[in-house]
Amino acid sequence: MMVEKGSPQQMSPRTARQRRNDRLVAGLVVGVVSAMLGLTFASAELYDLFCRATGYNGTTRVAGAAPKTVSDRTVKVRFDANVAPGLPWRFEAEHAEIELKLGETAEVYYTIRNVSGRDTAGIASYNVQPEIAGSFFNKIQCFCFTEQTLKAGESRQEPVVFFVDPAMLADVDAQRVRTITLSYTFNPVKAPVKPLAAVGTGVKLE
Amino acid sequence: MATAASHADDHAHEMPHGWRRYMYSTNHKDIGMLYLWFALMAGIVGGLLSVAMRLELQEPGIQYFNGLAQILQGASPETAVDVGKHLYNVFITAHGLIMIFFMVMPALIGGFGNWFIPIMIGAPDMAFPRMNNISFWLLPVSFTLLILSMFVEGPPGANGVGGGWTIYPPLSTSGQPGPAMDFAILGLHLAGASSILGAINFITTILNMRAPGMTMHRMPLFAWAVLVTAFLLVLSLPVLAGAITMLLTDRNFGTTFFAPAGGGDPILFQHLFWFFGHPEVYILILPAFGIISHIVSTFSKKPVFGYLGMAYAMVAIGVVGFVVWAHHMYNSGLSLATQQFFVAATMVIAVPTGVKIFSWIATMWGGSIEFKAPMVWAVGFIFLFTVGGVTGVVLANAGVDRTLHGTYYVIAHFHYVLSLGAVFAIFAGWYYWFPKMTGYVIPNWIGVTHFWISFVGANILFFPQHFLGLAGMPRRYVDYPDSYAYWNKISSYGSYIFAFGVVFFLAGVVYAYRRKELAGNNPWGEGATTLEWTLTSPPPFHQFETLPRITGANH
Repeated sequence: MMVEKGSPQQMSPRTARQRRNDRLVAGLVVGVVSAMLGLTFASAELYDLFCRATGYNGTTRVAGAAPKTVSDRTVKVRFDANVAPGLPWRFEAEHAEIELKLGETAEVYYTIRNVSGRDTAGIASYNVQPEIAGSFFNKIQCFCFTEQTLKAGESRQEPVVFFVDPAMLADVDAQRVRTITLSYTFNPVKAPVKPLAAVGTGVKLE
Repeated sequence: MATAASHADDHAHEMPHGWRRYMYSTNHKDIGMLYLWFALMAGIVGGLLSVAMRLELQEPGIQYFNGLAQILQGASPETAVDVGKHLYNVFITAHGLIMIFFMVMPALIGGFGNWFIPIMIGAPDMAFPRMNNISFWLLPVSFTLLILSMFVEGPPGANGVGGGWTIYPPLSTSGQPGPAMDFAILGLHLAGASSILGAINFITTILNMRAPGMTMHRMPLFAWAVLVTAFLLVLSLPVLAGAITMLLTDRNFGTTFFAPAGGGDPILFQHLFWFFGHPEVYILILPAFGIISHIVSTFSKKPVFGYLGMAYAMVAIGVVGFVVWAHHMYNSGLSLATQQFFVAATMVIAVPTGVKIFSWIATMWGGSIEFKAPMVWAVGFIFLFTVGGVTGVVLANAGVDRTLHGTYYVIAHFHYVLSLGAVFAIFAGWYYWFPKMTGYVIPNWIGVTHFWISFVGANILFFPQHFLGLAGMPRRYVDYPDSYAYWNKISSYGSYIFAFGVVFFLAGVVYAYRRKELAGNNPWGEGATTLEWTLTSPPPFHQFETLPRITGANH
């Protein structure tokens, strides 16, 4: 560092203009911090949109009608049914698995039964494995689109109408998929809101 | 904000004494000193936690943590083993968080940054001296919250947060319903606020307060390093703050950001966490890069090789560091194309890092090298950081990471770059600037002996962990099968050697203070060219009341 003694004009008290510049820079950085914070909270919504748009995390698609082409290739679809803690339901698939052609539309049924003595409501969350198949798995009709309410002891059959898009054969990652597992989990709704930390896992160390 | 001006106006005023000098301090050197002592204290706490972990892992089985659970958490003899297992996880969590947020960051950014950034750029103080004060004093509060979390209920029947420093849900939400997690989250909020305020201060200081003639391209590399670090902080820390706030509301207010039952997704937390977490590791190492550049140049008596390349390599590392986060999540179900992108982006970081390593070597090449204590530490840093960098390139491969994820290989990797990288740079900086900060000489043999104890200890500690990881030993377990016993025992011995090195270091510092041998303005000779060596040792309470004029830079 080549240094000269400064002239007395450059005494260190900062001028009003310099202070304004300091506040400007600090203000800009605070703006960046706020923007990043805002983006973080927006990320929950953006992430959901991203999953729907790309089939990321095995998010399935919703289709209006069956596809026009049907391929000769078949794929096995397995059906998985779960009930989250807190919902007194039995939930079963009609078939363990079916085999269908790509592009062919299938209708399968799930049975839901309320085993408690009171009216309860649930909504199903869902995805497929392998996740890469998500963007090719199309549902035309599904009980999971809406909330389901069961009276005490009521039992009901609910349909899923779906097809697997033949476009899967053109995808480098997904073309090797031979078996897709469609999984549902029924979660309680309108249960009194209990924060997770208050619910816990129910596992005690003591 | 008026404080700096009034200080400078008021030449006759007394320097405040006693606790007021530090509690109310607006002086960058005093605040830097506070940060350094705080980091030292936190480092000892975090180090003791790690020694306890190595003590437990020295032999297969559970020897100590069941007893500790009875002493620390009042567990009954029947539950002592289970509570002890959780307590081990509390220790690893606290060790990680303390070392990152309360040791490395305060030492490198708050400590050396506060002390030397204003001096190196020829400024009288930081731009916002009172904000600087609050930046520091948030830290002890934050640290207290984290320590408190170890003594309140986490999972039912046991105390403390055992979720690892990554605090992934659902373990951090429904898995640990007690208030311990809330304490830890609030502690992280405060530590984050402290760092963001500090970053705002550094950015403003470096952009606005450089002395006349001190252009950006004449600025010392440590100032460049802290500038890039400050930008990484303001871009990444708000993401952590947001993510842990969502955890907090998921836990306490019934939101479901990360709970599938309400339409959320725990994987989203991992994305947010690592969007912060990866830049965070560069935040920890970039200031170290700056310090090492100065030391290598000083003791080779040569300007640093490829100054502009060195500065922009740090900028490049900072920029690319924001698009590699998912390499921590190869096992979370990313598509092949996504993995390909993150593998490639991660490996690209090796290029600017390589530029830095080669430039340090080229700086030494043909230089008149003096192996004084700071230089020995700096060369040790370059070697060990390179070892950690090489295992980093190995882990960047998604295919390899599929098996090595969550094993001791990863532990060995990030301890080579952080525990041996960042920490060695802190010690290098300490021995380099101790004469400047205190005015006293710290005898060379102390630094060199400390180096060899630490170098041997740290390698014995961490190198065998590569073998354990390759053999499949997972991290975050209190116990392991007998087949891992041999290298675990060796690794534990290394930990004790390293810990002895720290004791030796503390004794050396006390010795240097008592010896009171005066250092003079520039104890390192012609190689030390940055502005701090033009001042007295220690520098006056207010320096550069007449700003220096920079007419050139010989780097």
